[in-house]
Amino acid sequence: MDNIRLIDIREEILSDNQNLANDIRSKLRDNQVFMLNLMSSPGSGKTSLIVETIRRLKDELRIGVIEGDIDSLVDSEKIVAEGVPAVQLRTGGACHLDAPMIETALESMDLKTVDLIIIENVGNLVCPAEFDTGATKRAMILSVPEGDDKVLKYPLMFSVCDALVVNKIDYLALSDFNQDLLKERAKMLNREIEIMAVSCRTGEGLDHWCQWLRNEVMNYRNRL
Amino acid sequence: MHELAVTEGMLKVVLRHAEMNKAKRVVGITLRIGEMSDIVDEWLKRYFDYLSRGTIAEGAQIIIERSPAVFSCGDCGAEYIVNLKAKDKFSCPECGANNVELISGREFLVQDLQVV
Ligand SMILES: Nc1nc2c(ncn2[C@@H]2O[C@H](COP(=O)(O)OP(=O)(O)OP(=O)(O)O)[C@@H](O)[C@H]2O)c(=O)[nH]1
Ligand SMILES: [Mg+2]
Ligand SMILES: [Zn+2]
Repeated sequence: MDNIRLIDIREEILSDNQNLANDIRSKLRDNQVFMLNLMSSPGSGKTSLIVETIRRLKDELRIGVIEGDIDSLVDSEKIVAEGVPAVQLRTGGACHLDAPMIETALESMDLKTVDLIIIENVGNLVCPAEFDTGATKRAMILSVPEGDDKVLKYPLMFSVCDALVVNKIDYLALSDFNQDLLKERAKMLNREIEIMAVSCRTGEGLDHWCQWLRNEVMNYRNRL
Repeated sequence: MHELAVTEGMLKVVLRHAEMNKAKRVVGITLRIGEMSDIVDEWLKRYFDYLSRGTIAEGAQIIIERSPAVFSCGDCGAEYIVNLKAKDKFSCPECGANNVELISGREFLVQDLQVV
């Protein structure tokens, strides 16, 4: 009869993904490329925010986009119309993007020709929070119609993001969305999170968002 | 929703360590998962039964230890557990402060293996 041995491991369940994500980050550093992982529920305004960001920053930064949302070309066509290269991932209904998928996408991009890559992750506030894509920073969007209680329902997402964009503030007057309560709760889960209110419809707050992103890119480059 | 991908990752870690330790068979796996992670135990176990077929981890018993979401108060120093499922308030139950910090609840580990 064999004896049972206990082996202490304490290793991250997703360590393979984590290791690849770290490799991706160092490859991006070698090429001085900043990559932003943008996450939200379906329809919160990821594509709209990316388009508005391109319009404001494309003269100072060379931008590329990785489209991870469901196998449709709708979003990438909007990006390409802005004169920016987009790689459409074939995710086949996956609920999140992971480091191997981003590695594949990066293979079809020339890192020498971009300064900023924005990943549009799959619309979902649960799964993408768990998977490191190799991005330099993570941002999430919560739109006003979704409600201010989402911090309680999806705490992990709020705790892993560097920035929270509250979008569709043009709807504020029609709703009971409490921005102060949202901020208070989000800060309790994540002290460092930067919270910005915007409307991709009216343009309000977008300069603030672009300033945050520009600063992050500049700080990253200065540290290289 | 992402239990399948998580289980695949977990099995890789398990098999790698089992081989490194020259195990003939893995009989038990202990995972430590924080309350912040939305993992449904039942699905993870089912996917594991399916994915581990034909490997030395087939039939292993999976134990999932949940670590609670623990906050620490920056004002009075209290440490307290927040029941996320019950949508408890995050603020300090002792002094009411919002100046608090999440100190545990994000664990996502293969803790140990029982092998023969
Ligand atoms: N009123 C208003 N509508 C907005 C705003 N931002 C986006 N929308 C609209 O919301 C809808 C969804 O926006 P998208 O940018 O496609 O959102 P998404 O997150 O990329 O959506 P999926 O990729 O389908 O998950 C579109 O009809 C947008 O025009 C906003 O600030 N205000
Ligand atoms: Mg979109
Ligand atoms: Zn206190």
